[in-house]
Amino acid sequence: MLPDTAHHHSSALAHQFDTIEQQRDATTLGMWVFLATEVLFFGGLFATYSIYRVWYPDAFGAASRTLDITLGTINTAVLITSSLTMALAVHSAQVGQRRLLMLFLVVTMALGLVFLGIKGYEYYQKFVEHHVPGSNFQFAPEYARNAQIFFSLYFMMTGLHAAHMIIGLGIMTWMLVWSWNGTVSREYASPIEIAGLYWHFVDIIWIFLYPLLYLIGRHVHV
Amino acid sequence: MASSTVLLPPHHYLNDGYGVKSWLLTRDHKRIALLYLAGITFFFFVGGAMAVLIRLELTTPAGDLVSDETYNKLFTMHGVMMVFFFLIPSIPATLGNFLVPLLIGAKDLAFPKLNLASWYIYMIGGLFTLYALIAGGVDTGWTFYTPFSTVSSTTNVIPTAFGIFITGFSSILTGLNFIITIHRMRAPGMTWFRLPLFIWSIYATSMIFVLGTPVLAITMLLVAAERLFHFGFFDPALGGDPVLFQHLFWFYSHPAVYIMVLPAMGVVSEIVPAFCRKRVFGYSFVAFASVAIAVLGFLVWGHHLFVAGESAYSAMIFSSLSFLVAIPSAVKVFNWTATMYKGSISWETPMLYAIGFIGLFTMGGLTGLFLATLPIDVHVTDTYFVIAHFHYIMVGGAIMGYMGGLHYWWPKISGRLYNEFLAKISAGIIFLGFNLTFFPQFVLGYLGMPRRYHAYPPEFQVLNVLSSAGASILGVGYLLPLGYLMWSLRYGRLAGSNPWGAVGLEWATTSPPPTENFAETPTVTWEAYQYDAPAEHHAA
Amino acid sequence: MSEYVVRRRVYFTIYAILIACTLLTAQVAFLDLGAWNTVAAVGIAAFKAVLVILFFMHVRYSTPLTWLVVGGSLFWFGILLVLTMSDYLTRGWHTY
Repeated sequence: MLPDTAHHHSSALAHQFDTIEQQRDATTLGMWVFLATEVLFFGGLFATYSIYRVWYPDAFGAASRTLDITLGTINTAVLITSSLTMALAVHSAQVGQRRLLMLFLVVTMALGLVFLGIKGYEYYQKFVEHHVPGSNFQFAPEYARNAQIFFSLYFMMTGLHAAHMIIGLGIMTWMLVWSWNGTVSREYASPIEIAGLYWHFVDIIWIFLYPLLYLIGRHVHV
Repeated sequence: MASSTVLLPPHHYLNDGYGVKSWLLTRDHKRIALLYLAGITFFFFVGGAMAVLIRLELTTPAGDLVSDETYNKLFTMHGVMMVFFFLIPSIPATLGNFLVPLLIGAKDLAFPKLNLASWYIYMIGGLFTLYALIAGGVDTGWTFYTPFSTVSSTTNVIPTAFGIFITGFSSILTGLNFIITIHRMRAPGMTWFRLPLFIWSIYATSMIFVLGTPVLAITMLLVAAERLFHFGFFDPALGGDPVLFQHLFWFYSHPAVYIMVLPAMGVVSEIVPAFCRKRVFGYSFVAFASVAIAVLGFLVWGHHLFVAGESAYSAMIFSSLSFLVAIPSAVKVFNWTATMYKGSISWETPMLYAIGFIGLFTMGGLTGLFLATLPIDVHVTDTYFVIAHFHYIMVGGAIMGYMGGLHYWWPKISGRLYNEFLAKISAGIIFLGFNLTFFPQFVLGYLGMPRRYHAYPPEFQVLNVLSSAGASILGVGYLLPLGYLMWSLRYGRLAGSNPWGAVGLEWATTSPPPTENFAETPTVTWEAYQYDAPAEHHAA
Repeated sequence: MSEYVVRRRVYFTIYAILIACTLLTAQVAFLDLGAWNTVAAVGIAAFKAVLVILFFMHVRYSTPLTWLVVGGSLFWFGILLVLTMSDYLTRGWHTY
């Protein structure tokens, strides 16, 4: 580390850091450690899911088959595409292409909204079919008890995922503002990189949720 | 040592801006540490008030002071306040926040604004949970076992669970901040194995903050969701398993006890060499032991479920792993003892607390081994034996470490010396009061008195009275430091930069330190605890 | 430490593989492979996740410390899963 007199006088450099490289390194590592906490956060739900899937495979299969696999697959493709546009946004920031950066951020957000829209429609379908756990729950009698656990997990896991997406949209809005007003630049692209890490993580959660929720027992011909 | 010609430095962090805004909007890790100090002291006395009522009820065998439902609420809030709002943040958020940048030669933590946010999250979570207490209380125990907490309890489970959920983020962000800071902001020459052992302990603690707390967060959300929406995770009526809650809860809550004790061990690792004027024996063993405790601590949670319904095979695995986790703790105790051997020992207050820690933690730890032994646990689980065990660790261990650290670094934090005589008396009172309170509880538990009962058979009264008497003494012991420490802020003798003649970067700057910690970023060329080295390696 | 700028062609290639894997896993779900259905589903998902982590999240070009954080978080989730399952899978076992 250089002594204080040889500072990089970048306006983006925070006082506690000596160089902009140290700052970028620290903030990137900080986001990774935060994502590690998110792995454990969702991990509790995945562990719960695993146990009940082992215990009630048939009920889980029956419940899973009532989910709309077409919409689920489309949503998976939508999120993966949004990860592509996010990665392209990061690239644009790194090479200093401000307009392209803003475009890719907007497209990413639009795809996120499409995902949430489809999800909302699926929730509505579940409500109409009386698959929401609680006193109105209705299901085939031999699976009803345990199917309610499946749907509890479905709403909890996708709900938490959706909450993270909404937060992600908030972060992207913030990044859009920073891209527009010049806070983000070729020298200081790390906010976009870090926002990208968060977005990709939310995508990865869905990459696992999709098969675990939508693809159980599909081969069973009832 | 301080002489009568010591002056306060003209510019330091306490006079760098006055007024409420300069404190509530500060980014200075030292001021944030003091904000936390105020918060945790407040919540400690709230939890302490609950303890007073509990011990008052238990002086007589009949349940005559409060109803059984009220008693349930008392011990629940005692546990919730003490665990989540006092013990977990205590050393990391106060001493850790204050000292981590100083000990590694940095200007601040990696993310100062995040640090301030952590404090706000802590206070909001704490006050929200306090609201749940005032608005009727919770009666599930701090452990929230299902299905009582999700189905049958009629009390404020959801706000309490939510308050704890919010506060968890404070822990997570603090741990994240410490990890990044220690990795990326060490001064030139401050290699990993030159770090003070307190930093190793804080690092290990931060690993637990980051990896464990999120599971508590999701568990609290699951409880709230189950209660609100009638989901089926823990409900046997739907095929759910209540024991699953216990798995998820203890996955965090067992490592949480290492969050409470590791920083206290770190404090002891600083105090012992300073007051024996000797390097720590086996530095790298102590450093690795901290990490080992953090890692192994995640593998033993099932020992809380021995009689809950987990499988016998699972119980055997967890029992064996629980024996394993005792080893690194024992290594530390041996190494502290070896450090004292042939050292030049002086018995100032911090050293009294450090010795108290070593003895009482050893007792708590050994009784933990009893509990890890399956057949013994079947006999004493859910009795006062368990209560005595964990209070030996948390009060005899963690709080003693906290008090020791507070006294050791008080001159650095405030620039003042406290009254040593009063401090020694208080330490003695605390030690006496503590043992009188909790030793009888080992016997009570062995004899079969269950925990969480507000009434008990008359033959247990004598031991309960002894315990309550001890509690009143302990209470006095904790009130005295509040008095003399506050008094010293105004009237204490000025400390100077290094009143103890100790080795460490924190002693190389003024007391109180300037806002940016060091006039110039230090370059470290010496090993930790070089008490046997020439004076120029020591503080100014 | 300069930040590595990944070529856009890499991103598009990975994207194509990810979409292909999504369609694949949806098709495989309708085949009766018994217990292997789950293995295939989780396996394909894991493969997709690894691609996102390595290329979209730049872990392939990152420091060993980043790898440690990623690996550590997955390992810790593994502890939660495995030790909890060790209870559930052995509940029916007799000790006599």
